[in-house]
Amino acid sequence: MTVRVFVPLDTSACARGAEELALALQTRCGDDIELVRNGSRGLFWLEPMVEVETTQGRIAYGPVKVEDLDGLLEAGLLQGGEHPLQLGLTEEIPYLKQQQRLTFARVGVIDPVSVEDYKANGGFVGLQSALGKTAQQLVDEVKESGLRGRGGAAFPTGIKWQTVLDADPGDKAQKYIVCNADEGDSGTYADRMLMEGDPLSLVEGMAIAGLAVGATQGYIYLREEYPQAHKILNAAIAAAEKANYLGDNIQDSGKAFYLEVRLGAKAYICGEETSLLESLEGKRGMVRAKPPLPAIVGLFGQPTVVNNVISLATVPTIISKGPEFYRDYGMGRSRGTLPFQLAGNIKQAGLVELAFGTTLRQLLFNFGDGTRTGKPMRAVQVGGPLGAYLPESQWDTPLDYEAFIELDAVLGHGGVVAFDDSVDMSEQARFSMEFCVEESCGKCTPCRIGSTRGVEVIDRIRQGENAEDNKALLRDLCDTMVHGSLCAMGGMTPFPVLSALNHFSEDFESNPGEAS
Amino acid sequence: MSQSHWNPQRVQTLIEGERHQPGALLPVLHAIQNDLGYVPPDSLPLIAEALNLSRAEVHGVVSFYHHFRDTPPGRHTLEICRAESCQAMGSRRLENHARQRLGVGYHQTSPDGEISLEPVYCLGNCACSPSVRIGDKVYGDMDSDKLDQLMDELTTQAVEVR
Ligand SMILES: Cc1cc2nc3c(=O)[nH]c(=O)nc-3n(C[C@H](O)[C@H](O)[C@H](O)COP(=O)(O)O)c2cc1C
Ligand code: SF4
Ligand code: FES
Ligand code: FES
Repeated sequence: MTVRVFVPLDTSACARGAEELALALQTRCGDDIELVRNGSRGLFWLEPMVEVETTQGRIAYGPVKVEDLDGLLEAGLLQGGEHPLQLGLTEEIPYLKQQQRLTFARVGVIDPVSVEDYKANGGFVGLQSALGKTAQQLVDEVKESGLRGRGGAAFPTGIKWQTVLDADPGDKAQKYIVCNADEGDSGTYADRMLMEGDPLSLVEGMAIAGLAVGATQGYIYLREEYPQAHKILNAAIAAAEKANYLGDNIQDSGKAFYLEVRLGAKAYICGEETSLLESLEGKRGMVRAKPPLPAIVGLFGQPTVVNNVISLATVPTIISKGPEFYRDYGMGRSRGTLPFQLAGNIKQAGLVELAFGTTLRQLLFNFGDGTRTGKPMRAVQVGGPLGAYLPESQWDTPLDYEAFIELDAVLGHGGVVAFDDSVDMSEQARFSMEFCVEESCGKCTPCRIGSTRGVEVIDRIRQGENAEDNKALLRDLCDTMVHGSLCAMGGMTPFPVLSALNHFSEDFESNPGEAS
Repeated sequence: MSQSHWNPQRVQTLIEGERHQPGALLPVLHAIQNDLGYVPPDSLPLIAEALNLSRAEVHGVVSFYHHFRDTPPGRHTLEICRAESCQAMGSRRLENHARQRLGVGYHQTSPDGEISLEPVYCLGNCACSPSVRIGDKVYGDMDSDKLDQLMDELTTQAVEVR
């Protein structure tokens, strides 16, 4: 009997050797196994993780190297045999068991490009039922779920959809669904994992969004840095077309939805929704002034939904299980779950999908198990390059949008980057400004010139040149950027800078000669 | 290195393959760079004409995006992640090492024409920082030794091919 064996094709799993392992396993086992290339479960320190299907369930092994294969096969890998690398039943691994995987329920479980596998695991139930509902019903359900955009700004998704549903598309009679798959934030990889591990949930979410607002064309704007996701998305779209879940007559409903992937070209600012639309139109990614909102005047001037990958991929769960099911997770106005991503200097880096409300400390230590270097953890940047650095005194804050805003911090897209005590926080602050210089679209002076000045001022502080005056100047500069910038690039770069200055002021004392 | 080594016929075909879609400029530029490794400055008039744009507009777009280059790359492109998660795991040391070994800075190609060095801001491999990318493959948990090994492999391959 052939045994189903799983070896991930996820970028990070491959970075740790999954590709070579899959090849070696196939060569050694031939027809004895059915090799499935799944997404990653997101327990990256255990990658490459091999799973074997047994009558008890799937049994995991990891991290497995090619050299381990002989021993593993001798120990009865294909029957789930005992071995030092055996991790037991995958679902029982505490890191996974303690999560609430709603959006990521299928990631790592199924063959990402198999419609059959997707359907066997609850896929397309949402779209099927959406085909029988009115547009307004769909928008109402998304509103009731409490879902807020997962790309960073946390705007209620249902309200955005209502605006697009109500917008008049004019003569061209076209509306668009645009998926923001630019995932530029350092420390984030949830979008990538989802697109590589369960791309059909994104396809399904976008098709439902199309039905909800009356749009027939969708684009996924994918960053160029994700070649593996690109391949898998294209394969998934082709599979969905073949199975008639995309195209001009979805499941013989008479409803149409077309979907296409477009590649970015390395520009962080193109993650900002209006810059993204400019880029999709074939222009430089210059940020547009709002209003008009993209919901009303969006892609090619037409009403457009722009949503993050995770927002859209969560929609099928909301429609198939009901808005209450989703809303019952979470706290306050942060409903449902957020896939957190543990990154940087952390022992157990990985994807942790949790209902809002647990604390950062639980994430860092219960899941992350402290730093990878074994040194004390000192600073944690949450929410990407525009997010604040949090000192230990703030780690007991609950993971909730509003609680973070109170700290002048953001949850953003859920990236959590840990640093040990070797970090120099003035160097981190300098980098934040440098990144803004590098990535500013150039439209506003405070962002474009302010960031360049910011780098210079921080250099002077680091060299001990009129340190106190220059710190005051830096604060002024940040103030100008916050108030004079059109978008969050210039407007939020001060978050990491000021958090470093405020919470780690000892690193801004003079250390001559160290400025780089 | 000569920069006029591109074939206008070829570029014309690539443009033709992508031009009939809304917002075609980025797909056109990607197609050209995928094929030639860069977007030759002399090809801009062809692109502009096909898409009914001004040359200045096309140039503006090419220069806006970090991905598009106007000179041929080395045989291989090594991208080193400079973003925060990788910084937390020693990417600054890694960058310095690469610069020293190759004897060039970012946006430059080693004198032997083997490796172009480019910065990148996150490869989505932050769970295995620090990360680098060569072609379509991402490598994680990098340190100077592993990077040396990778570069050795690249340059040995090149010798065999010759
Ligand atoms: C500088 C900048 C970069 C951004 N990058 C991203 C990104 O990479 N991915 C993303 O989904 N949203 C990003 N956003 C947020 C988008 O502008 C927008 O809020 C989001 O795509 C809306 O989708 P959502 O409501 O589903 O979150 C960025 C915003 C700014 C200001
Ligand atoms: S804040 Fe910066 S990135 Fe944003 S619009 Fe202004 S110049 Fe462009
Ligand atoms: S355009 Fe000048 S400050 Fe915004
Ligand atoms: S920050 Fe380097 S891979 Fe994400």
